[in-house]
Parts: sequence; C-alpha cells; structure tokens
Amino acid sequence: MSKLRIQGVSRTFPGVHGGPPVRALEPVDLDVADNDFITILGPSGCGKSTLLRIVAGLSEPSTGQVLLDGEPVTGPGPDRGMVFQSYTLFPWLTVRENICFGLREKGMPKAQQAERADFFIDRVGLRGFENHYPKMLSGGMQQRTALARALANDPKILLLDEPFGALDNQTRALMQELLLGIWEQDRKTVLFVTHDIDESIFLASRVVVMTARPGRLKCDIQVALPHPRDYKIKTTPEFAAYKARLTEEIREEAIKAIRTEG
Amino acid sequence: MRMLFEPLKPIPPGRKVALGILGFAIFFALWALATYGGWVRPLFLASPGRTLVTGFELFTEYNFIVDVGVTIWRVVGGFLLAAAVAVPLGIAMGAFKPIEAIFEPFVSFSRYLPASAFIPLLILWAGVGEAQKLSVIFIGSVFQLILMVAVIVGSVRLDLVEAAYTLGARRNGIVLRVLLPAAAPQIFEALRLVLGWAWTYVIVAELIGASSGIGHMIMDAQRLLDTGQMIFGIFVIGLIGLISDFLFKTLNERLFPWYAAK
Repeated sequence: MSKLRIQGVSRTFPGVHGGPPVRALEPVDLDVADNDFITILGPSGCGKSTLLRIVAGLSEPSTGQVLLDGEPVTGPGPDRGMVFQSYTLFPWLTVRENICFGLREKGMPKAQQAERADFFIDRVGLRGFENHYPKMLSGGMQQRTALARALANDPKILLLDEPFGALDNQTRALMQELLLGIWEQDRKTVLFVTHDIDESIFLASRVVVMTARPGRLKCDIQVALPHPRDYKIKTTPEFAAYKARLTEEIREEAIKAIRTEG
Repeated sequence: MRMLFEPLKPIPPGRKVALGILGFAIFFALWALATYGGWVRPLFLASPGRTLVTGFELFTEYNFIVDVGVTIWRVVGGFLLAAAVAVPLGIAMGAFKPIEAIFEPFVSFSRYLPASAFIPLLILWAGVGEAQKLSVIFIGSVFQLILMVAVIVGSVRLDLVEAAYTLGARRNGIVLRVLLPAAAPQIFEALRLVLGWAWTYVIVAELIGASSGIGHMIMDAQRLLDTGQMIFGIFVIGLIGLISDFLFKTLNERLFPWYAAK
C-alpha cells in the first residue's frame, strides 16, 4: 500500500502588480510506496521544492490533497522529517542539543533523549563533535547533523530538499553514500528533491522527472541498480544508460526553462 | 601609509588599544592647551588639573558618591521598569502579527514624544520625588525598546521556524524555544543601547526639581560658576557609561557563546 499519496496537488501564486496569477505547479499525482527512495528531478524553478513543502505542510496546495498513511496532511508535523538546502541548525544549540530538539518537544525523558542522540551521532559520524555549536562545523557536518536531527524523531517519511546543494562536489558524493548507507539499513521512506542527475540515479529506487515551470510529472523511471551501492556504480554502463536517458529528458526541460525566463 | 590605511583591513589588538588611548590623549592635550595656554578663561572652562582637584573635593567634602549612587539607582530602576514592559510586549508583537497591528502604530507615534517635554506634566502628577524621575526614564526608553525588540523577534530566520515545525514544535515551542533564544543576543544588545539613552534622560530629569543626583550637582555648580565641578560631573557619567557598556558586552559573550564570535 502507498505510504504517501499526492492527489491532484497544484499551486498557483497570486499575480504581482495586478498581473495574472502564476501557476507554479500543475496538478500532480504521485504514489510513494513504503520503504521507497524516490528522487524528484527537475530544472530550477520547476516547482519541485514547492511540491515538497506542500507534503511537509509548510505550504498549502491550491488544489488537491496529500495523504500520509491515509490521513490528510493539514500542516507541518513530526511524522514528516525535513532537511532543507539552507543550513537550519539552531545556532544556540550544540550538535547533541540540535539532535534532541524534536525529542524534547515530544517530552521524551532526558536519559532516553541522550541515548537516541548518541545513536544518531555515531550513525552520521559526528562522534567528537557533539558539543560543538553549528558555527564551528563545516557545511557537510551541519547537514549531517540536520539529517541526524530529522532521523532521531523517527518520522514516517523523510523529505530532503536539495540537502547537499550547497556542498562542494567531493563532500556531496560522500554525503550521498552516507545517506544511502543509512537508507539501506532502515529503509525509511524518502522523498528527495534534486537537480543533479547523478545524485538522482545513485540514491533512488525511482526517479520522477518534472517539467519546466509550470511543473508537472514528465516521467517516472524505476532504477534497477542493485543494493548495496557504492560510488563505483557511477562508472558502470548500467548507470551510464540511466544517465543518458535522464539527461535527454531534463535537457529538454532546462532549455524550455531558459526560454521562458528570458 | 598605504600599509596603515587599507580599506576594511583589521589591526592587531595591541595597536587597537594604543590608538584608543591616543584618542583620549589628544583630547586631554587639546583641553590642556586651551586652558593652560590661556586661550580660554577659567570662568568658562576649568583646566584638567583644576577639574580633577574639584572632583576630589566633591567626593571628600560634598559627599558626591551619594549623588552618583542616587543617579545610578534612578537609571537602573527606570531602565528595568521599561525593560520589564518592553521585552515581553516586544516579543509578543514580533511573534504575533495581530498584536503588532494593535500596538505598532501607537508605539511608533509615542516614541517621538520627547521624554523631557513630559517633565512639567510628570511633576504635576508625581511630584518631584523618585516616581517622577523614574517615569521620565521609563517614557524615554520604553517605546524605543518595544519597537527594537519587536523588529528583532520578527526578523528571526523563517527557515529555523519551519525546521522547528517539521520537528514537531507547536506555538509555545516556537515562541519559547526558537524565537526567544534566536533573538536573545540582539535583545541584549538593544538593552545595552537603551541603557545609554536612559543616562541622558536621568540628567534632564535631575536638572529640574531634584535635590540629589549628578544632574542636581551640575545645576548647583552652575550657580557658583564652578566649571570644574560641571565638567567632572559630566565625566563621571561618561565613565559609568563606559563601565556599564563593558559589563554588558562581557555578559553578552558569556551568556551567548554561540553568537559572540560572528
């Protein structure tokens, strides 16, 4: 059964200076199976982040609805963990306190919080940095903490909005491996937004491509590469075949996006 | 010269202190030159040496320390009253837009009302006692502080608030455990600034209808044309301001280590 159902979700922004309203997202239907890792691939400004924010409950859809385990989403909540592209660690809290934030909001006993935090500190490889403040950490470490913070809350689904977009290439590749390793162990349902083709194939069991603005789903590709995957898979012919196909799909949209922007 | 004056180039801490002392030295040198050199008559401006001697006499013969104590107590008292009102109200206005909509226009209007213009009215209402002195400082500080706190709280990064929502925080959690800690260092900074302004109001309040305090001493000295006493009184205020500034900054760094080293 589907963990998450996106039914006819669209988003229209009111026009600026009396102009016509802007359609950011055409009605989208998407079913996400339990334990699936789906990447949403699209050119900039296609509305993929808008879609993710609607699933998170941070934006409201203009039409349609989102169902999580059959329950309609009405606002943000701890059952949908999110990692943002911008660094959103609470700067006044240490790494450990950041990871405990959601647990504290839940009213979990301190000892249990500490135990859980320890587990996830090890999971993302931040042992030795647990008492550091975010400003003392590199971008990669901050995003690892943000990932641990979202996972510690044990959400039903993990929403990732280009979480590695601001990182350099090498760090980004390592973060992808880390995230995939975690997913291969827990099989937490993941919805991951990106504009990076390699990233979308490497991580996903399914890649959903979106069109240029106004965004709608263009195609839906199963990635049949075996697990566990490591970085070497990126140089195999199978990977290259997926990449060739997705490059064609996304290139067409990128060209359209450039034309409409101009 | 090119090495010394490069735009935005930092200077070593030792040199910074030395240059700061040099600034004071230049001031005293010009003052000494003007008075000892006979450019200005002692009736209008006492010499540095004369000022220091009168200052010593003020403490030994006129019990000036009591005046200093009274003035400090008035500043701190009026300032604390203003903070007790302004900080909670400012936080509420920054966090909740309807509250801001109610108070913001009135407070914006009120902050342009000069506190010193209220003195005659306040004497009528509260006499010439402590209540009147505290009221002047209160009126002078409270409206500014409300607006500053409201702006600080209102400009807390929205993505931090959104991250907290996705971690399960609700309204109280957002206000108490996101907005408040995020805004705290800047609120503290605003308090430091407003305390500086409170010093100007207390002296104005003490110039009229007071029987003690630094401002009262300055008024008395005027009757005797004792410029040494007047200047010394003004210097004492500057010195106390410098000390309170230093205390605030030190406390700020202690309380908010995550913020200080930005």
